[in-house]
Amino acid sequence: MTNPPPPNDSPLNQPDPQGPGQEHPSPERPNSDHQASPESRGPDHHANPDPQPAPAASPDPQPAPAANPKHAPASLWRTLAKAAGHGDDLTPEQQITRRTFVSFSAFALLGAAAWKSWFWIKDAVQSDGVQTPLRKVLNGDDKIFKHTLSPNHLAKTWPREQAAKNVRYNSGIGLGADPATWRLQVTRANGETLAITMDDLKALPKTDFAFEFKCIEGWSQVSWWGGVRFSDFIQHYNLASETQKAYVGLTTPDDHYYIGVDTPSMLHPQTILAYEMSGQPLPTRHGAPLRLIIPIKYGVKNLKCIGKIFFSDDRPRDYWFERGYDYYCGL
Amino acid sequence: MARIKKLVPKHPLAIRWMHWINFPVLFVMIWSGLLIYWANDVYKIHLGHTVYFSFFPESFYKGLNLSRRLAEGMAFHFLFMWIFLINGLAYVLYTLFSGEWRYLFPNRRSFKEAGQVLLHDLHLSKKAPPQGKFNAAQKLAYTGIIVMGLGSVLTGLAIYKPIQFQWLTTIFGGYGNARVLHFVLTLIYCLFFLVHVLQVILAGWNNFQAMVTGFEVLSDTKNKTHD
Repeated sequence: MTNPPPPNDSPLNQPDPQGPGQEHPSPERPNSDHQASPESRGPDHHANPDPQPAPAASPDPQPAPAANPKHAPASLWRTLAKAAGHGDDLTPEQQITRRTFVSFSAFALLGAAAWKSWFWIKDAVQSDGVQTPLRKVLNGDDKIFKHTLSPNHLAKTWPREQAAKNVRYNSGIGLGADPATWRLQVTRANGETLAITMDDLKALPKTDFAFEFKCIEGWSQVSWWGGVRFSDFIQHYNLASETQKAYVGLTTPDDHYYIGVDTPSMLHPQTILAYEMSGQPLPTRHGAPLRLIIPIKYGVKNLKCIGKIFFSDDRPRDYWFERGYDYYCGL
Repeated sequence: MARIKKLVPKHPLAIRWMHWINFPVLFVMIWSGLLIYWANDVYKIHLGHTVYFSFFPESFYKGLNLSRRLAEGMAFHFLFMWIFLINGLAYVLYTLFSGEWRYLFPNRRSFKEAGQVLLHDLHLSKKAPPQGKFNAAQKLAYTGIIVMGLGSVLTGLAIYKPIQFQWLTTIFGGYGNARVLHFVLTLIYCLFFLVHVLQVILAGWNNFQAMVTGFEVLSDTKNKTHD
């Protein structure tokens, strides 16, 4: 990596670092290459104070020093350029030595800078389980990709009979609500809390579909879920003003597992409060009596065993976010 | 001195920068990719029920300290992907607009000549095919690696946002297949890297230093082949 050549009085003086076509002596160069200007190769090139001797046509690699009058106003740049190996009064050996030195010094310096920045990231203070610079980039990525979210971008659905019979189970944090006493608690903007029973929910229109559930670990599986579309639920309970808030928070009844989801994703037409899996009531290990199914997010956001729902403009706390994962997790 | 040295420009400054930026970036992408892969390390080479190789043996994860670092892996991956993308895009645009692509694009003869290069490099044939700035095998390799880079970006996007870019995920045969392709491309990078480093070592110092300084040093004897 050489430094760009210093500016000179004449444009002809500047070896163009961008111009691969220029001055390349390779005999294989196609003839059509118009960039190989005759000026840089002509027999009179010594008359031009060309810092890079054009090697192809030069019968004499020793540039004529006389062509560069010593009395010319020697700018600082020219002195520096010469020191760096760019000057027609340098022998090829001097040019090679100096330019090699400069290039390798720059190379070593940049390598050291890269090495240093690596440790700057790696050893940075943590922010929610991950190095702060990385956390900032994750948040920035969300800002970029949330614009791709569209209610028209639906997860592909599959024939129900193709859904897995043995649905994969990964985590059981916060499971085991007592179905007899369970109520879905929804905190309204005015502080009032709704306590909704399973029968209330089942009275609402049911939505069911099979889709490819995707875990943040990297596996995926087609599974079949049924329940109430979250947007139907919002409409039925007149929670439209609550959805003006940026986020929806959901927790298990015991608060051991908790997530936050951006409201637009919660209102996606495939986001459902599910009480059925594979056409049967939800088993405990898959989140009985009610869980979130949100196909446009990784599994970590598909909270099992919903106890409470609330709305907030700040990000609700999120279990895996606190452990270094991305908050948005949008697919 | 009997032999007169000449300084011959070879690699433009921009290409040298992008080449060397890519080196640590690709390294971090592969390393963080392994941290991610660990969390669902299901790929195997098998025929029927006979498993020949499992990606990866436990000792591999242990030796390189790759276990239980999924979150960190994703965070690094989703930062360095931008540098990989921007650097790659800059490289493609630069080679197109500077005319440098003429030395890199393979042509109709390249496939046949690349075979000759291979035979020559393996010492199976004495006849050296035309070298040029890059020989036919190099043209194929250096163009192929760019196509692979594009493949990694697209398969990456297909598994990063499989619903928002569903059409892309479908092109690659679905979510699971896109992940396999993304993984296989990475294996080929590693292979490319090994062959590339070996060839650079065999080609010698003058060729290597040209990727740093930009020029090659020629004696007045005729141009030798270089890799």
